[in-house]
Amino acid sequence: MINHIDLSSVLRRTVCDLYSDLVTRPTGAAVRDGIEKQLAELGDRTLTVIDFSHVGLLDYSCADEIVAKLLMRYCADAAPRADDAPPRDAYFLFRGVNDSHLDAIETVLERHGLAIVAEGEDGAVTLVGTVDATERRTWEVLCRLGRVSPIELAREVGLDPVRAEETLDTLCRRRLAMRFDESYVAVGAMP
Amino acid sequence: MTTVIHLPPSLDDKSFELVLEKLAPVPPEEKVLLDARHTRWASPYGLTALLTLAQTRAERPVLYAPESEDTGSYWARTGFFTFAGELFELHGAAHRARSAGESDVLLEITPVAKSEDVHEVVGRIQQKSQAILVKELNLDAKATMGFAMTLSEACQNIVEHAGRGGWVAVQTYRWQKRLGRRVVVIAVCDAGVGFRQSLESAQGRRMSDRWDDGMALEEAVIRGVSRFRDPGRGQGLAGVRRYIGRWDGKLSVRSGTARIAIVPSWDDDVPLEEKLPYFPGAQMQITIPERVGDR
Repeated sequence: MINHIDLSSVLRRTVCDLYSDLVTRPTGAAVRDGIEKQLAELGDRTLTVIDFSHVGLLDYSCADEIVAKLLMRYCADAAPRADDAPPRDAYFLFRGVNDSHLDAIETVLERHGLAIVAEGEDGAVTLVGTVDATERRTWEVLCRLGRVSPIELAREVGLDPVRAEETLDTLCRRRLAMRFDESYVAVGAMP
Repeated sequence: MTTVIHLPPSLDDKSFELVLEKLAPVPPEEKVLLDARHTRWASPYGLTALLTLAQTRAERPVLYAPESEDTGSYWARTGFFTFAGELFELHGAAHRARSAGESDVLLEITPVAKSEDVHEVVGRIQQKSQAILVKELNLDAKATMGFAMTLSEACQNIVEHAGRGGWVAVQTYRWQKRLGRRVVVIAVCDAGVGFRQSLESAQGRRMSDRWDDGMALEEAVIRGVSRFRDPGRGQGLAGVRRYIGRWDGKLSVRSGTARIAIVPSWDDDVPLEEKLPYFPGAQMQITIPERVGDR
């Protein structure tokens, strides 16, 4: 199930209907809370498009509260405490991200060792944040081929099948790919 | 007894230190008279620091306004007298704002105490800054958003750490003496707890043997340490540093008895000054110069 959350609407609804800039920590925390409330009404497994198209400015504090902390809540690997299990199997595509947004987002992701799939204003999808070369290559192959199995991926990128499956599972845990039975799809490659 | 302190003809971050030297031995409950009659020019830092100084006094200080009509008009245009009227006993000529000449006030002196104030500041600066940053300072259009981000993070320092309200002002002017170029200057001043006390309030924090205002500034400004345990904290000042690095700017932060600076090649400031006269809170100045030639 693909959902769409317009951040500018969440900002106006949760903080002030006159604002168009995502600045300050309290604003970011309120917007993240608004997003989480919407997610709580959805199914157990979701892909949510977080849309920045109508957001003016995004500062580091807000990027940390909205993007990094949201991701940390849903990435099993990034939970602050071992017993903080993600509340649901949620994946995110960040849409309408311009260069200025990207500056703040990239900075906070690198600070926490996180990564996201961002869709720019031109519709092109890219991995942003901390990813190693194998993860990036695997994600790019997934984007190009669509749904693939570990065996197919191993053949394509020249990894052994066990390593290919491990990398795919890592991408899933990091919310950069989704697993469907025995095959995997990149977040950002879905229609 | 009233102590009279003559303000320098040019009131900026450097000359304000002379004011603080004279103020240092005066107990807060003792009356001071600040004489600005012969002051001809003031930077945003000078004006916001002056308001901050008034906040630190138990006894409301006296301020003699500048005699020069041009100077007084400029101070009025920055909104200085709006707030000075509450913090000082104002004497001398009552000045009113006239139209701007060479200098442009990008953001009038604005009080900052809560998150909403930061939204207000960021909204106002974006409307006014684009044309000036791009056309007059030859900065890339991308610099405008970064400038607003930098301003946002600098103001949030007050909201998150100071424990009391402060002031922000932004202005462009030609910095003839030191640089020979136009600059845009952000000043953010507060009389709150300061960096050292803010970091000391962190739970479980261990202080080294050499723990003073200078080290607190190094921790916060250079290493991005924050009083919050949240690992996402401390990115604001790091972002400010990145922005000034990208646009060949200068950052200086004074707190308590120390002052730290990220110094670009066009300036000869020292990276760290210690044993300055004590002044509460934090006072930050960000200077972005006009871009010349290809970078």
